[in-house]
Amino acid sequence: MGKRVGMEVSIAASEAVRLANVDVIAAYPITPQTHIVEHLSEFVNNGELDAEFVPVESEHSAMSVCTGCAAVGARSFTCTSSQGLILMSEIVYCTAAMRLPVVMVLANRSLSNPISIWNDHTDVMSIRDCGWIQYFAENGQDVLDHVLISYRVGEDRDVMLPVIVNMDGFSLSHVVEPVELVDQETVDKFLPPYKPSVVLDPTHPVTMGAIVLPSCYTETKKAQDEAVKASMPIILKGWQEFGDLTGRYYHPIEEYRTEGAEVLLVTMGGISETAMWAVDQMREKGRSVGLLKMRLWRPFPFEEFRKAALKARMLVVVDRAISYGGPGGPVASELRSALYNEPKRPIVANFIAGLASRDVAPFDFIEMVDRAEGACKKGTEPEYEIYGVRE
Amino acid sequence: MEKLNVYAAKLVPKNENFGQGHRACQGCAEALAVRLAGKALGKSVITVSATGCMEVVSTPFPYTSWNVPWIHVAFENAAAVASGVESGLKALMRKGRMPQRKIFVLALAGDGGTSDIGVQAISGALERGHDFLYICTDNEAYMNTGIQRSSATPWGASTTTSPAGKVIPGQATWKKNMAAIAAAHDIPYVATACPSYPFDLMEKVKKGARVHGPAYIHVLAVCPTGWRSAPDLSIRLGRLAVETGIFPLYEVIDGKYKISIDLPKLRPVEDYFRLQGRFRHLTKDMIEKIQERVTREYEKLKMQERMTGGE
Repeated sequence: MGKRVGMEVSIAASEAVRLANVDVIAAYPITPQTHIVEHLSEFVNNGELDAEFVPVESEHSAMSVCTGCAAVGARSFTCTSSQGLILMSEIVYCTAAMRLPVVMVLANRSLSNPISIWNDHTDVMSIRDCGWIQYFAENGQDVLDHVLISYRVGEDRDVMLPVIVNMDGFSLSHVVEPVELVDQETVDKFLPPYKPSVVLDPTHPVTMGAIVLPSCYTETKKAQDEAVKASMPIILKGWQEFGDLTGRYYHPIEEYRTEGAEVLLVTMGGISETAMWAVDQMREKGRSVGLLKMRLWRPFPFEEFRKAALKARMLVVVDRAISYGGPGGPVASELRSALYNEPKRPIVANFIAGLASRDVAPFDFIEMVDRAEGACKKGTEPEYEIYGVRE
Repeated sequence: MEKLNVYAAKLVPKNENFGQGHRACQGCAEALAVRLAGKALGKSVITVSATGCMEVVSTPFPYTSWNVPWIHVAFENAAAVASGVESGLKALMRKGRMPQRKIFVLALAGDGGTSDIGVQAISGALERGHDFLYICTDNEAYMNTGIQRSSATPWGASTTTSPAGKVIPGQATWKKNMAAIAAAHDIPYVATACPSYPFDLMEKVKKGARVHGPAYIHVLAVCPTGWRSAPDLSIRLGRLAVETGIFPLYEVIDGKYKISIDLPKLRPVEDYFRLQGRFRHLTKDMIEKIQERVTREYEKLKMQERMTGGE
């Protein structure tokens, strides 16, 4: 068992990259991701991590470098935020389609304009359909553990997919939290070296990234979709084995005080911990409210979600991104779709909150639940609402 | 061409990195340049292609013309992907996860993928000093998408987005000098080449691959489809581009300029233009304007050679 220390979550992420013995790091600085790359370059320059640090001229090139080195069989890492992510997004899609298991930490931040360095999930939602496995971390421990888990799962020959670990910018990336480090021996037991079955090697020439005509394009996309879906059992196995080694077990949907709950809050990322406070307060007052925390976003855990959600009468989904002129927040939209075929499904109330780090305090969650209850009495599903707009 | 005496055609390596059966147009000098570069590099190479003609014609799934490992990711990032390939190999060999051996890294892109959309990625890769060779096969427009102008299109040329109109007679800007931009990064090796001079091209590819650090070769690749020229004239057109001084062959080795084929007297540019439909509309005045600039640029190049002591 590793020792528990206080450290900034960005340092915890860097520690995980060091423990994973990554071969190539390519990154471009952007707030609030910077502390991660700063620590990683220190590791490399101090000889604490034997890796190539490629200080690229843009995020687009960061992902291109990661893609190139993954293709020769090197383990690669990058991290970014916001504008950096959407600049690199072209290559983000390529990496997944080429089945190259790059790992990326996103310090989630809002998109411009207006420019905002603060936290929400609008950046990652812009690449929702990029074909990467996507985790959301709730605290520093999650971040450290999931960087390691990401390599293990993504590089599994039955998966071969890149993985994103989402952590909230500033509210996670820049805070000091108690984190239990994993010792190198345990990591080595859990994470075998990256050995892809196909690499660019002059002794066995292969062609990667060929042009595919309409006669085969659909089949490549079907194969990619199947690959993402088929990663689920390996994701579960990865969590199980990580838990057996460290005592920390993770699940696609995590339930908090959901026993008999009529109303379930649904959150993703760092605000989940605040939502837990709110649930405690409501439970104390005898209200039947619990919490579902979404840890796995892709592949979407349909089965686990339905199992958890169908017990409730109402879901209060807190989204941290918006689909302009669309059906509301992306999380709520997907949850509704997941429930559509159920004969008896809970009402889904959707609040978009916490844009650009606008504080979402425990009383805000209580307020959201109250409002949803009010709307619910009318018997119809309420329209989505952007919560906390100052008038 | 210092080793010209040993370059009998028979001695050219038989290996084909870029094999037959690709779907390039008749008379495509770009395909020829890539083939010659493959012969010069040999088998121990990983090729990174940008999106463009060469990528499209050589890999229609499930076929491939590549007998060496080859990767294509996107349009503007060949230099960045090559940076990744090089860094990955370096780390794996250093960490003992791969046997130590020389594997050349070649990035291939057209003029659009290099001097327009790819210029940021290539500048970054050259500045970081990766050990790789970048070859730009320049056919002077976006031929793969249907002959649209690029920053490498020469002044006056008619393309589908710089048509010879009644008011604006074709491309209104001078060709971007990408070799000079590469040389401004102070990299160990920069050269221009043309497959009409096959031994010179192969020699330069070998040199570029062998230097430690980044090398850049700018290859003029005649495109009969885009230039509206007869496919059987591609070799002659390449020679004319050199003989008129429009595309001089030179090297910049550690900052020293060296003209590869010195021409005591340049042929008139008109000799080159009249074989190409893209210049058909040029008036006498326009040709004179081009001639003046070509002569001046050639003199400038000779001066650079004298000043840097590369003679």
